[in-house]
Amino acid sequence: MATLQYRVIPGRSLTYWMALSLCGLLSAVGFLSALYMRAYGHHVTGMNNQIVWGMPHVFAVFLIVAASGALNVASIASVFGRSLYKPLARLSGLLAIALLIGGLWDLVLDLGRMGHILNAVLYPNFESIFAWNIYLYTGFLVIVGFYLWLMMERRLNHHSHKIGMVAFLWRLALTTGTGSIFGFLSARSAYDSALLAPLFIIASFAFGLAVYLLVLITGFWVLGRPLGLRVVTRLKQLLTVFIAAVLYFVTVYHLTNIYMAGHRGVEAFVLLHGGVYTKLFWGGQILLGGVIPLILLLSRFGRRAGVLALASACVVLGGFAQIYVLIVGGQAYPLQMFPGMIVHSSFYDGVVHPYLPHLPETLLAVSGLGVVGLIVLLGVRLLPFLPQSLADQVVDVHGHGDKAVADQAVASSP
Amino acid sequence: MKDQHAPPPVDTSSRKDEEIDPTRRRLLAMAGGAVALSLAPGVTLFARTLSAGKSAGGKAARASVRYGLLIDANQCSSGCDACVRACQRYNGLSKEDGPDNAQWIRKVTVTDPQTGFTRSFPVMCQHCAKPACVEVCPTGASFRRADGIVLVDKHRCIGCRYCLMACPYKARSFVAHDVTDQKPWAPRGKGSAEGCTLCVERVDKGGIPACVAACSSQGKKVMLFGNLHDPQSPIARRLAQYPTTTIRADLGMEPGVHYRGI
Repeated sequence: MATLQYRVIPGRSLTYWMALSLCGLLSAVGFLSALYMRAYGHHVTGMNNQIVWGMPHVFAVFLIVAASGALNVASIASVFGRSLYKPLARLSGLLAIALLIGGLWDLVLDLGRMGHILNAVLYPNFESIFAWNIYLYTGFLVIVGFYLWLMMERRLNHHSHKIGMVAFLWRLALTTGTGSIFGFLSARSAYDSALLAPLFIIASFAFGLAVYLLVLITGFWVLGRPLGLRVVTRLKQLLTVFIAAVLYFVTVYHLTNIYMAGHRGVEAFVLLHGGVYTKLFWGGQILLGGVIPLILLLSRFGRRAGVLALASACVVLGGFAQIYVLIVGGQAYPLQMFPGMIVHSSFYDGVVHPYLPHLPETLLAVSGLGVVGLIVLLGVRLLPFLPQSLADQVVDVHGHGDKAVADQAVASSP
Repeated sequence: MKDQHAPPPVDTSSRKDEEIDPTRRRLLAMAGGAVALSLAPGVTLFARTLSAGKSAGGKAARASVRYGLLIDANQCSSGCDACVRACQRYNGLSKEDGPDNAQWIRKVTVTDPQTGFTRSFPVMCQHCAKPACVEVCPTGASFRRADGIVLVDKHRCIGCRYCLMACPYKARSFVAHDVTDQKPWAPRGKGSAEGCTLCVERVDKGGIPACVAACSSQGKKVMLFGNLHDPQSPIARRLAQYPTTTIRADLGMEPGVHYRGI
């Protein structure tokens, strides 16, 4: 029986340094872009008083939602006792932290007055779900950090399931809070739904696992570490279920809205004649993010790591489309101040608002991905997050396989 | 006899592998130092701000008063925008109508598609009793005075724009440009949210908002300002006299701005 070992990556290859440099460059450009927006004002962006939240928020919400979902792999191991997922848990925790920091990076740097950010801590308004989210996010970072420590410190390893349970419950609260940022906005037809919180939770399962799979498969392929069929098959099955669940919740969300006469306008906008939003909904969210990955995963090629990575990439792209349609499309559809009436004003009442993302906010948005990449690349270089092998003879299938799997942290370079 | 509580034997082979190499130790130490350096100014500022907050004070607004407006759309002509121009002039707002520019008050034209009946009337912050902008603001920068006037504390606002997302009346604006021609009574700031203040400094001196004054000076009787809680005030008497409504009353925010004829 082979022994499960975690090893830091050598980090000496050209590929590693190129990836690190690219992520660093992305982050730096995004930061400079934020300073530019701060210096000249948000009029240099495509966002305005009609489309209030744009690209930085799309990326931020996607990354934050994916962060909580990325932790699922660790939760399955700790909370539900599935031992096959145990070797995957450390990377799950690292990704969760990296994705959340990347999302917060986008969110904070887009603030009109980021220098005042401390006010959110000094004067919290607990009527605001936004204020609650600040604590949910920072708490998540602390809890997952602690969880990782317990997972990586062999002497404390047996306590990890307790903190794993706390982390699991916390992540459910976090995603509920993020969904409620929109769900509590009763004024806007696209958001006014209690279904957004559970929809965000199930979407986080799919987005987070898809990002996790992309990192795992790409990483193992680049490092030349073996990835067995057992792990691939289990994760493939999990992703399939999550994608189907997202499609189900999206269907229920739209059917509920269609049933309510007051929301039929926004439904017709998104589903039928919303231009770019309709295209993104059907082409991006449903086809690319749902149907195509399902076909790929359910096909006879679905157990190939490359196909699983491709399906995961589709889910990620579809996820971005889903968040874009919700956030930007939800604002593009005019506020219903006088339902059923034709409304005009100098402040663009009653008209569909156009939004063309400009370079500054797009660079800031994409830089969140750079931050995620930086944290992951430095993390796997400095600490043993990645197993040396996930070959079938190494992983234990929920106690039914060989019992002799022993965690052995090997911090030195191979 | 072997001690049952003795610690398990240490696997020295793996322990050797776990030793942190000096480069990694230095990197981790540098990271720790960077975190400490980042947190120190924040902690100091936190302490200073707390002590400063204790000395803050001011004259409180009275809860016995609820300021509000009555707008008679029957009297408002579509070609008149005296209220809008007065607001821009008095508060130092841009006269341009770009999507980036702030509009604290605007004329809205509403047409019934079934009958063709059209009305034009001003819409501004509705100074709600249960304002969504105040509920969602993470820092409490959006606040409601005891007398019902809803304002933004520019020092507290972090520019998240959640209030713009939440307001059903599109009454909040975000300052996206450098601010010029600021008025001392209407401080503004790039990167923060803002909206109609009901000309609070005029009201505090016993005056009426600039838009209401401009409407009256045109010889119109469209806008009436006053204390909704005083049954003897002209606005309260009119509200008791004929049917009025509020915009999106279904949302339950209890606006302080009432309309007739919409």
